[in-house]
Amino acid sequence: MIGFLTAIGYQHWVLPALLLIPLLGAAMIWISGAMHDRSGREDRGDEIVSGAAIVPRSFALLTFAAEFVVSLGLWWSFDPSNAMWQSVVDLDWIPSWGIRFTIGVDGIAVMMVLLTTLIMLLAVGASWTSIRARSHSYYALLLVLTTGMLGVFLALDLFLFYVMWEVMLIPMYFIIGIWGGDRRIYASLKFFIYTMVGSLLMLVAIVYLGLASRDPVTNVPNFNYDFVLQHAALTATAAKWLFGAFFLAFAVKVPMFPFHTWLPDAHVEAPTAGSVVLASIMLKLGTFGFIRLAVPLFPAAAMSPAIRSGILVLAVVGIVYGALVSLVQPDFKKLVAYSSVSHLGFVMLGIFALTVQSVQGALMVMINHGISTGALFLLIGMLYERRHTRLIADYGGIARVVPMFAAMLTIVTFSSIGVPGTNGFIGEFLVLIGAFRTEPIFAFIATTVVIISAAYLLWAIQRILFNSLDNPVNERIPDLNRRELAILVPLVACIIWLGIYPKPVLTRMQGAAERFVSTVDARRDLMSAPVAQALP
Amino acid sequence: MITTLNLAAPAQLTVALVPDLVLTGGAMILLVWAAWRPDSDRHQRNVGLASIVLSAVTMLFALNWAGRYDAGPGPIALDNFRWLVDAVILIGTIFAIALSMDDNMRIRVTAAESHVLILLASAGMMLLAAARDLMIVFLGIELMSISVYALAGMNRRSERSAEGALKYFLLGAFSTAFLLYGIALVYGATGTTNLTTIAGRIATFHLGNSPLLIAGIALLLIGFGFKIASVPFHMWAPDVYDGAPSAITAYMAATVKAAAFAAFIRVWLEAFPVSWTSWHPALSGLAIASMIFGNAIGLAQKNLKRLLAYSSIGHAGYLLVAVTAGTFQGSSAMLFYLFVYTLATFGAFAVVITLTPEGQGTVMLDDLAGLWSIRPWLAFSMTIIMLSLLGFPIFGGAGFFAKWYILQAALQAPVKQTLLAVVLVLTTVVSAGYYLRVVMLMIMRPRLEGRPAPFRSGGLTQTVLALSVALILLLGVFPESAVRVARNGSPRVEGGPATTAFPTSGAVSPPASNRRIADGPGAQPVR
Repeated sequence: MIGFLTAIGYQHWVLPALLLIPLLGAAMIWISGAMHDRSGREDRGDEIVSGAAIVPRSFALLTFAAEFVVSLGLWWSFDPSNAMWQSVVDLDWIPSWGIRFTIGVDGIAVMMVLLTTLIMLLAVGASWTSIRARSHSYYALLLVLTTGMLGVFLALDLFLFYVMWEVMLIPMYFIIGIWGGDRRIYASLKFFIYTMVGSLLMLVAIVYLGLASRDPVTNVPNFNYDFVLQHAALTATAAKWLFGAFFLAFAVKVPMFPFHTWLPDAHVEAPTAGSVVLASIMLKLGTFGFIRLAVPLFPAAAMSPAIRSGILVLAVVGIVYGALVSLVQPDFKKLVAYSSVSHLGFVMLGIFALTVQSVQGALMVMINHGISTGALFLLIGMLYERRHTRLIADYGGIARVVPMFAAMLTIVTFSSIGVPGTNGFIGEFLVLIGAFRTEPIFAFIATTVVIISAAYLLWAIQRILFNSLDNPVNERIPDLNRRELAILVPLVACIIWLGIYPKPVLTRMQGAAERFVSTVDARRDLMSAPVAQALP
Repeated sequence: MITTLNLAAPAQLTVALVPDLVLTGGAMILLVWAAWRPDSDRHQRNVGLASIVLSAVTMLFALNWAGRYDAGPGPIALDNFRWLVDAVILIGTIFAIALSMDDNMRIRVTAAESHVLILLASAGMMLLAAARDLMIVFLGIELMSISVYALAGMNRRSERSAEGALKYFLLGAFSTAFLLYGIALVYGATGTTNLTTIAGRIATFHLGNSPLLIAGIALLLIGFGFKIASVPFHMWAPDVYDGAPSAITAYMAATVKAAAFAAFIRVWLEAFPVSWTSWHPALSGLAIASMIFGNAIGLAQKNLKRLLAYSSIGHAGYLLVAVTAGTFQGSSAMLFYLFVYTLATFGAFAVVITLTPEGQGTVMLDDLAGLWSIRPWLAFSMTIIMLSLLGFPIFGGAGFFAKWYILQAALQAPVKQTLLAVVLVLTTVVSAGYYLRVVMLMIMRPRLEGRPAPFRSGGLTQTVLALSVALILLLGVFPESAVRVARNGSPRVEGGPATTAFPTSGAVSPPASNRRIADGPGAQPVR
């Protein structure tokens, strides 16, 4: 496999290709769609019935399939023994401002890219019959969104990172605002404004960092990640403020406890594919931002006792709060949304506990949450398409009517709880044993929450799948069809594979996790020394 | 080969003013022609076309003069800043005439002289861009303002237009009095009206703390504050913008503002760099107030033209941040911003003209509802323009780079303007509230019952819209060439950098290096 990839020069073109394929697909879908409906009629009716959706959705499926196949090569071409950036492409963009188009991957980014391309492919499947209006715009936005998300994972230039970070925002805003539920306009605006407050302060911080590492002769700023990491001359106070700006941007996205209020609204109102993308990928961008930027750039600020314990407290509060609120949700989708707050709290705990194990655990939880919560949202969407309700109380005993659905939901729920043998177990376990070494109290509290998370999820599926079948409407729900099975089987396969044999994934991420911990440790000491502050 | 002109010799001074003279002389001939024949739609269009051609010819002259002449000290500048501001003004002029040719037909104004008035206003603006003497600044402002007063009342049948024009005239005359009084006091303190000489005398005679000078600067600030419509001197703007014909509103919001800012920053950079400490707090205050109030009040608007008026007040605040930075980089950032802002503003008003219902002067936000379902490309263009005004990357095209440039200038100034930078981004979030409402209405809401479909706009309006959107998107991905041009476009002061007078703080590099950026060839980042 590696021989074949080398022969076609895979390393040199894969990353730009991953960013370009969706853009080209989006342009073609949108323009063909806009040409097609120049009729000027206001109501074009149901596009599934009229057949207008066939071209956009098949073309989108084709593009995403191509994207997935292209990205799959990274699994083999990535060299786990090399801790440096791989497949780097570095082009001039705006030389006057020292801005370059630099992209590359490390172990973390590779896994995130693969997760993204897989989930996006499945998201098209989930939208197949549920998007019935303006389908060409929908699929075009989904494709542009993919470029934005991949761009964030790949960017090695702070400016490029910011641009990609914002590029994700508009497609998601439209996806929620146009194809969402009843309160979609409120939810989409809330999502937009929350994200924007955080990211614009990050913009100021990025300008500041670029100027702090400018060339002393030409005065041109430099935004290259590695360069800024080594050369940005910051005072301790400046570092604290800058960390604050990055923290806000990422904490909103994660979302950490007091910044999470956009999440339930956005998740509940978004169409199924939107919720899946939000939960599986966009939330990870926040934690990814902490690992890639906020913590390594300002280790002295991030790991100073006050800030660090503050963040750990917020993480644990998020874990407990998310679990407790999930317990009382009548709406299944909202329940899963709040459970995300809890799971992402584990990730934050793992990152800030700062041991190699806990960081690796955090990375595993990121992937696992992407798979299992994505699958949960897909299942909820399938159920909603059949019954048009998400209230748990409206169901009961449907395991007998839809056995296949019940089996899938049970497996996915087990994975979300973290039952041993599923992927969920590996991640949370690693976080907890890693965190016990440095933060035993927080780890202890988090461990007890694992029980609550079992409680809310098991109770929910008990009320949906088991109990007595007392609502006659539920007796006529059809079971999963082949398209839906085809969407779910890959995810369930991942759940079991990663639960039994996670080593291939862990080895690929180990180098990056070790480098993260050692960089932060080394630079924390370096930066807290008074010498650093006297640098020009 | 660059020829240095001696501006004391009348013949050489004339050469320095050739582009301005071409426009003024051409405008005179067109004025006679416009009055010669009875008013008719056809005549109106012919004069309009001739005016566009004249503006384009003037632009060729200006760009041709750019690499050719240089000047010693004198009342007229021949630096890149002047030519670039001229280019922005003339692009605005062409767009404004094109839009008003279509708009005049629609609102049944058959006044051919309106185009000539635009040309005369532009001649005043070009003078402002060139002015290196307070008397010339005054001349330029008057020539510009008087023409625009008349333009604001162009639609004689509309009460709102008349009301707006009268308001604009009274307040404008009032603000000119402030400006003139300020000039008098500055002259009283320094004994000269030449900008460079003023700076020299302030430094030589240590006039920095002279009450006369500070009062003069304050009055000048108020005068300019009116012209650029910054809070608290903005009261006239929404009414005038709302009342004037849409094409003229675009011209006022974009081009008049560009010219006023050009004169403003030149006066401040060339005459008062030494008094930095005395004007800096006032200017920051104006900037912060404009950003906060302009954007906050914008949230409450239901009328698209008023919304754009408040948005333009907010943008005046952003531009003031560039002035407050007080560096040549700030002036380059301002140039870039003005160019992008001109494109976005004319694009937005082209949409306003297209959507204005028959017999009305403005567009209510409700009229926008569901636009996407009937006119997808129009809604698409308006979305790009709104996001560009918001300063969103890629989807908002060059609007983002414009803001980025200002942020960079603010944070790279010898005294870091971090507070202004933070206010700038936070008020940008506020402005998202109303820009996104326009987008939301067009795309996410259904069409309201009984609203007639907007009519097909004229070809010129469509061209202006398509050109602005295409340029915004193109510059939003590849801004490098425009950045290079803007970087070389700062005012040039003889006898060393003006910024040396700034107080410098600890870790920042010496301010002289700002000049090196401005003049150096495209420097490659060292990696």
